Amino acid sequence: MTLVHKFKMVLLVALLSVVFLSGCTTLPKAGPDTEPAIRQQAELVPEGTELDVEVYDPIEGFNRGSYRFNYYFDKYFFLPIVKGYQFIMPDYAEDRVSSFVDNIYEFNNFTNNLLQLKFKETGITLSRFVLNTTVGVAGLWDPSTHWGLHRQPEDFGQTLGHYGVGHGPFIVLPIFGPSNLRDTTGLVTDAVAFGVAGPPAWVDDDTTTLVFTGVAAIDKRKRVPFRYYGSGSPFEYEQIRLLYTKKRELDIAD
Amino acid sequence: MRPWLTSIILSLLLGLPTAAMAVDKPYFYPYVNPLEATVMELPPYYHADIPEKVPTKTFKVYPFPEREIPKVFWYEDGLICSLTYQKKEAPLIFIIAGTGARHNSPKMLNMQKALYQAGYHVISITSPTHMNFIVNASSTMTPGHLREDAKDLYNVMQLAMAEVKDDIKVSGYHLTGYSLGGIQSAFVSMLDEEKKVFDFERVLLINPPVNLYTSVNILDEMLENIPGGINNFDAWFDNVMKKLAAAEKEMGYFELNGDYIYKAYKRFPPREDFLAALVGISFRTDSASMIFASDVMKGGGFVTPKNVKMTNSTALTPYYIVANRTSFEDYFRQHFVPFFQKSDPSLTEEKMIKMLSLRSIEPYLKSANKIGLMGNEDDIILAPGEVGYLEQLFGARAKIFPTGGHCGNMNHQDAVDFMVNFFAGQEG
Repeated sequence: MTLVHKFKMVLLVALLSVVFLSGCTTLPKAGPDTEPAIRQQAELVPEGTELDVEVYDPIEGFNRGSYRFNYYFDKYFFLPIVKGYQFIMPDYAEDRVSSFVDNIYEFNNFTNNLLQLKFKETGITLSRFVLNTTVGVAGLWDPSTHWGLHRQPEDFGQTLGHYGVGHGPFIVLPIFGPSNLRDTTGLVTDAVAFGVAGPPAWVDDDTTTLVFTGVAAIDKRKRVPFRYYGSGSPFEYEQIRLLYTKKRELDIAD
Repeated sequence: MRPWLTSIILSLLLGLPTAAMAVDKPYFYPYVNPLEATVMELPPYYHADIPEKVPTKTFKVYPFPEREIPKVFWYEDGLICSLTYQKKEAPLIFIIAGTGARHNSPKMLNMQKALYQAGYHVISITSPTHMNFIVNASSTMTPGHLREDAKDLYNVMQLAMAEVKDDIKVSGYHLTGYSLGGIQSAFVSMLDEEKKVFDFERVLLINPPVNLYTSVNILDEMLENIPGGINNFDAWFDNVMKKLAAAEKEMGYFELNGDYIYKAYKRFPPREDFLAALVGISFRTDSASMIFASDVMKGGGFVTPKNVKMTNSTALTPYYIVANRTSFEDYFRQHFVPFFQKSDPSLTEEKMIKMLSLRSIEPYLKSANKIGLMGNEDDIILAPGEVGYLEQLFGARAKIFPTGGHCGNMNHQDAVDFMVNFFAGQEG
């Protein structure tokens, strides 16, 4: 448990430092010689137009700080670990780990498909878990997809969205990345459900759970090609914010 | 938005037929529609046979070490270049990326691999229109002026060589670039005739515009394919998303892989106006980044207020909205020409438009036998008559493929063969 406590402490310190470093103001600092731009939004966009790119973002100062923190966290901590993992592991073994991790997390797909009363998808998810755990040797392989039983990813953020909960303020979570109030609630709920009633509860061994959580985090980061400030655009934050919001709308609509 | 939005929509909505079609010689290109040829990725079947991985390392150069970089660009530190290296002595080819592209854009990576395989060292240089170049390596911080950009590029090439000279043995120099990088190569080559630092042996212009101003306006006008214009982008985008959702629903699952994309593509073939809008959006997104970076670096006044301090937490959304509603024409008239008029009051818009053209260095291009051209008959950035002009200008040194759109066929086996033979001095 001490290791878990230590990790939680580190997370807390990281979070707090983001809050303190970020400051509050997001407006540029004007001086006595400031002059307006030749081209301005008020003249280019008809009054009253609501643009999707203006995602509700009341804690933008914090979010931008958090986004920056994630850049450094990735660069100096997370990605070197991922790189080391990829260096040590043969590609074939990495794929087995990915299948295994996906199979364990079918738990959340199952609960959320069920909560949304998507019975067909719930059935598919259950069949996948049974098949992959048995024929797929504890989930190391994924024969289900091969047989046309595709993954039915659902999370609690989607479940909330399904029942009409709006996305709420945009939030950039330290380490986890772009989110919003609805999806953060979903993330926490899924994690709690997973811990209390899911595979960790079945195994009931802290060390195993800790190792799994660590490996799963590395495996998931490995599979996401996204790099903070990798787009080469000064507007990356705006683009990610819009794209995240739209992507989730699409996820929820299905 | 190019890397995120466009590529995602593209890969989601459009596909790449992987099925082989009857092909060998003569040149055959699977997309007859020039927009499709430009937007869609070449199906793997036609890909040039190039290695999957080549020895490459990145490094940084600092043309202006004293320059104070505004805090809003806190993540910018030096111009990133890459070197693809041979173990033994070999000639070196500089390649200049197209508009908004970096040293490691997909097209650049393909060229690195093809040229490495042919036995060359390669130094890849980010486009002067990219934020990384504007912030770190541009003397005017106002990209688009071909002569000024050529000076900056030439300077970067020398710094890059100084950086790698201990690691590789170089027996000679060549130069190439695609799209905007193609026309820039011509101007860099001309500068080199005078300075003789590299004394390029061969220079290949790939899909260059004849006149930058004309071509960019063609790209800009493609945005008119969004019904209601850019202020109606949200509705257009929502519609795209809805179709995506419908596709997902109908197919019963969603995956981001070639097989899924191909199935989706066959069921929902993209329309012409959709493809054109995508090209327009992709270009505008790159140009918005360029315009913002240029403006901020020079103290603002165009799309951002003049003399304000932006920090690493400043909300940029209002400027993003404005920059996305700023055409090249606006940039040209309200920012670009006035800036260069400061140092040359006799400069007019007409004069400047003429300067942004291969025609302005026509005598040099006619006489320089080292320069070759690779283009496409159906290149969407060329105005009527411009292909004919290129053929007449370069004569036997021009290779024009009948199809391929704008840079769509760069990784086609025939194009790669031509490129490699050109540098080996055995084209034709």
